Amino acid sequence: MTQSFTRTLGMRTILILVFAFLYIPIAVLVALSFNEGGLPTAWSGFSLKWYASLAHNSAILSAALNTLIVALVSTAIATLLGTLLAIGVEMRRQYGRGLEALIFAPMIIPDIVLAIALLSFFSMLNLTMGLHTIILAHVVFNLAFVCSVVRARLKSFDWSIVEASADLGASALTTFRRVTLPVIAPAVIAGALLAFTLSVDEFIIAFFTAGAGRASTTLPMQIYAMIRFGITPEINALATIVMAVSITALTLSQRLNRGMIGQ
Amino acid sequence: MAPALVWLAALMVVPCALVLALAFFRRGIYGGIDYTFTLENFGLVFDPLYAGIFLKSARIAGTATLIAVVIGYGAAYAIAAAPRRWQPVFLFFAVLPFWSNYLIRTYAWIVLLNREGLITQLLRWFGYTGEPPSMLYTEGAVIAGLVYNYLPFVILACYAPLSRLNSELAEASRDLGASAATTFRRVILPLTVPGIAAGAVFVFVLSIGNFVTPALLGGGRFQMIGNLVYDQFLTANDWPFGAALAMALIAIMLLVLMAQAMAANRASGQTAETRDGANG
Repeated sequence: MTQSFTRTLGMRTILILVFAFLYIPIAVLVALSFNEGGLPTAWSGFSLKWYASLAHNSAILSAALNTLIVALVSTAIATLLGTLLAIGVEMRRQYGRGLEALIFAPMIIPDIVLAIALLSFFSMLNLTMGLHTIILAHVVFNLAFVCSVVRARLKSFDWSIVEASADLGASALTTFRRVTLPVIAPAVIAGALLAFTLSVDEFIIAFFTAGAGRASTTLPMQIYAMIRFGITPEINALATIVMAVSITALTLSQRLNRGMIGQ
Repeated sequence: MAPALVWLAALMVVPCALVLALAFFRRGIYGGIDYTFTLENFGLVFDPLYAGIFLKSARIAGTATLIAVVIGYGAAYAIAAAPRRWQPVFLFFAVLPFWSNYLIRTYAWIVLLNREGLITQLLRWFGYTGEPPSMLYTEGAVIAGLVYNYLPFVILACYAPLSRLNSELAEASRDLGASAATTFRRVILPLTVPGIAAGAVFVFVLSIGNFVTPALLGGGRFQMIGNLVYDQFLTANDWPFGAALAMALIAIMLLVLMAQAMAANRASGQTAETRDGANG
């Protein structure tokens, strides 16, 4: 009795401490973004003025637009390619080790290595770098993540219904649209949301493949520059918005694809 | 299937092969690349100056890994011991910070640790009047940042085997007279080694190649391998040496992954033995 009581107490203490460690830094940031004075030294009243000043910062607005373009285009391409790859691999059940490694590699390769590899590659081709090269780069890891989410869903897919559909005279396209797609749709959307979030947050690869000049600065690049410059209340507000967006997208992705992370 | 594989081949395999090739060339006199074969870039990796940075990176990554595994295992254990219906909720909130922006999570530590930051404020509030402690721009700050950023993954990796653990096994061990500590050491820990290994490898691999955390929390001149690679490509303009450093990083990563695979194999072998022993 006493032993199990101390045990429960111990477990609760661990949980409280760990969650405090994980959430206090973020909570401080969010709280400061609403602090009128903007400084961590004193609370001088609730205010939205740092959010308002973001709306007038043209560098941040153009960076946000760039990020949105990169994230939307690379997500669209990666979702299409990643889904087709997942179907191809799972339908033929060819799990060659080389193929597995090729699909797995973009998820574990250190960012800095992929970043310098793409920089070397693009400059050797004399390619002018900009948003398009960031998009090309982001599709690499995004398609791997979409593929792994969709594959997880396809593991329990009964391929005989695809054959049945073909036997009943449906074309390959009709079969895909009416049979396969409805089954994998939640995973495809979950994968797309994951890819979108990864792309919105990605910094190092974008930094190396954006080329010179400010025209193709993305939001994380802008945030990095601001952080290096010093702490400003504007970063707190911007950070709060960016966190809210990615956490919303990921929560949606999780709901659509229940258990993907828990497994 | 084909378009995706072409994409990966063209924009990952070819560029990485290019970096590997680059590492065997000489740096041109005015930057750029002189296409004569050499091994001296790899020799330079073992130069005391750079080997020192590799060792320092390994030490920092190792320390961060150890701390993250201890905290993460404890957290996973506590989550697995919670009532069933609460476990997914706890797990979800443990992983949630992992999905917010990495730069922002690191920046949050600047806010906490800087000279007029929250921790200094707290100390003052408790009556501390001396000089503000210098916590930011230290190795400790870098380690704290790495632990903070990668902890959720360790929790996730350790929770999986802990939640599958059969509680009867621990009971049987206690019924046979083993203390709680012995039960943990001889029964629970060996069965959860694969989770610990997966979490540890993840933290170590991502920490040792990290560029952002040392740059932001370690201060301007603080260097780990990632920063060194960055400098060779963007400031020193010695791409061949930068390529050799990147290849050394990949080599370390592959070694660690192989060690993990071996640890996982051994652990599953031992589990099978324990089980067979119990049945026989």
